[in-house]
Amino acid sequence: MKRKDLLGIKELSKSELNEILTVARDMRDAIDSGEKLTTMRGKSVMTLFYENSTRTRNSFDAAAKNLGASTGSISVATSSVQKGESLIDTGKTLNALKTDVIILRHPVGGAPRLLAENVSASVINAGDGFNEHPTQALLDVMTALRHFPSLAGVKTVIVGDIKHSRVARSDIAAFTKLGAEVTVCAPYTLLPSGVDGLGASVETDLDRALDGANIIMPLRIQFERMDQAYFSSREEYREYYGITQKRLSSCASDYIVMHPAPINREAEIDGDVADGRRSVIEEQVTNGVAVRMAVLQLLTNRGE
Amino acid sequence: MILLKNATVVNSDAMFQSDVLIDGGDIVRMARDIDEPYAQIVDCDGKLVFPGFIDMHCHLREPGQTHKEDIESGSAAALAGGYTAVCCMPNTVPPIDNAAAVCYVRSRSEECGNAEVYPIGCITRGQGGKELCEFGKMKRAGAIAVSDDGLPVNDGAVMLNALKYAKTFGLTLISHSEDKSISGAGVVNEGENATAAGLRGIPRAAESAAIARDVFLADEADASIHIAHVSTSDSIDVIRAAKARGVKVTCETCPHYFSATDDEILSYNTNAKINPPLRSQSDVDAIVAGIADGTIDVIATDHAPHHLDEKNKEFDYAPFGTVGLETAFSVAYTYLVLTDAIKLTDLSRLMSGAPAEILGIKGGRIEEGARADIAIVDPDAEWTVDAQKFKSRGKNSVFDGWHLKGKITDVIIKGEKISV
Repeated sequence: MKRKDLLGIKELSKSELNEILTVARDMRDAIDSGEKLTTMRGKSVMTLFYENSTRTRNSFDAAAKNLGASTGSISVATSSVQKGESLIDTGKTLNALKTDVIILRHPVGGAPRLLAENVSASVINAGDGFNEHPTQALLDVMTALRHFPSLAGVKTVIVGDIKHSRVARSDIAAFTKLGAEVTVCAPYTLLPSGVDGLGASVETDLDRALDGANIIMPLRIQFERMDQAYFSSREEYREYYGITQKRLSSCASDYIVMHPAPINREAEIDGDVADGRRSVIEEQVTNGVAVRMAVLQLLTNRGE
Repeated sequence: MILLKNATVVNSDAMFQSDVLIDGGDIVRMARDIDEPYAQIVDCDGKLVFPGFIDMHCHLREPGQTHKEDIESGSAAALAGGYTAVCCMPNTVPPIDNAAAVCYVRSRSEECGNAEVYPIGCITRGQGGKELCEFGKMKRAGAIAVSDDGLPVNDGAVMLNALKYAKTFGLTLISHSEDKSISGAGVVNEGENATAAGLRGIPRAAESAAIARDVFLADEADASIHIAHVSTSDSIDVIRAAKARGVKVTCETCPHYFSATDDEILSYNTNAKINPPLRSQSDVDAIVAGIADGTIDVIATDHAPHHLDEKNKEFDYAPFGTVGLETAFSVAYTYLVLTDAIKLTDLSRLMSGAPAEILGIKGGRIEEGARADIAIVDPDAEWTVDAQKFKSRGKNSVFDGWHLKGKITDVIIKGEKISV
């Protein structure tokens, strides 16, 4: 891979996607065998998070350490960002500190691109607004490919707040690039306009959406959005859009359940489904480290 | 004395060959083959001679935000774009919501001696949407119109009274019609591109629903209303229907709404972050049709200069607006005249005749006895926009790098010729 930055799945070619997944599988083998890698020894990786996240930040941190890189983190709450420093200025400072990779999470779509244009360090998008969360999508397709030999024709259903979800946008891009048939399912209030233009079909009835589905991916419901009239109550949401064991009976026989986590039990997904034998939620976490190792290695060893 | 030889004069209603003799600040004679040995001759062979353009809608940022623009740089930019008069919106810091502030803008305009600057006063104090400003005193001090541009008057009862009060003093009310409860925290046009870019959308109804309210209020008040920066097909339908019913409504659009779509935001170009937002191609087509059929009366710029550091930010944090004074004519000429959507005379009306008529100011027409405010254009010139070369302090142009046709070569203001 020749690119400096990983900003989104949208701009990746299918061959780049496959290249990352191939390296990620090797990384997963290394994790499973306990092998220590040193391909990033002497390199420094900084996480710069403008939104709270423990999972993603820890996953990147573990990935970088697994490759021998030194790591650091800037929490916006305690940094000069609180003094009004701009993203570009913070990025330039990190650049001057000879940071090799900046991992950015930011509430505004497109922010990683702005940073990438202003620093020589590689930038990895760890989630920007409603736009993209590429490493989440990579770990999702990697996990799916451990259960299905190919994603061609695999019916994938993403359920929930598609409108405000960067995971949904990245997953739609990643799964469709690999040939899957993606359906998004939500009340119209939580569907962004023109979502079919991204390559997903739209279904507001969950039972119809789940009919014959291979991969079911509920998204975390954000209850603070009830105030903004996106939906009415947790109870009604669960009744119409919650993934319950009973609902899953119409899925294909080989179905799996994924979730980007953290989960709201008995809301978008029932506890017995999340903990059940078709759930791959924990496997996703391990694969998350593997794909992040792969991305870090590919971006920092380009052209070598 | 200046003598424009072999001019092709483009007025709202007619285009004709004539020489134009200017003496003092006025056009004194128009005829074929004028011989005036003491005049400075300007050969206009092959050029188009328009009445100086009048911009009903720009932001000059003075007082309070002169790092973005000031009256001197903004009025110089206006001249460079062929504008001999501009109306500046009152959302300055502090807002132009009283007679003293109006006087200040008028006196700065005279000191600068560039394009004439007509201040627009606020509708409500501090643009707060509650108490009406002193329309009478502001008009006496030189205010040409009233508007809370940038912020709509949310309260319908206040808007109704504002329309009646403006009618009392013969002031045009310019409405930034937007239902903020619908547009919310949106930053781009709601639709496929917003979804693809992961940016919050502004539904089209935020504009059209507000325009519908405002034209009905104008009808109720039997007052005239001018709708600013119309950008959607639905808005045009609402205005077209209101005009048919006899409502005294006029409206403007801006060059970016008939030449650019929201494809521009896919690269997170903050210079394409504009309010109302750039729309889809079907809206662009409807705007062109609305201009061609006369529903849209005026092309205004909504020139909205910002500092580079303000625009060079995360998309949500960058302010709305593009500059437009120095590109408006060429964009309109390229995208409306050369595409045969409208005639040159229509362009003259949209950029000069109609604004003069709506605002009740001098200009808008080249004729004997008129003030010599003139824009001379080379219709065959082609150029590439380089925002760094703008006279405006704001380089935030959505048109930067665009290849355009038709260029202003000279401007005559109050009888004085300035080369561009």
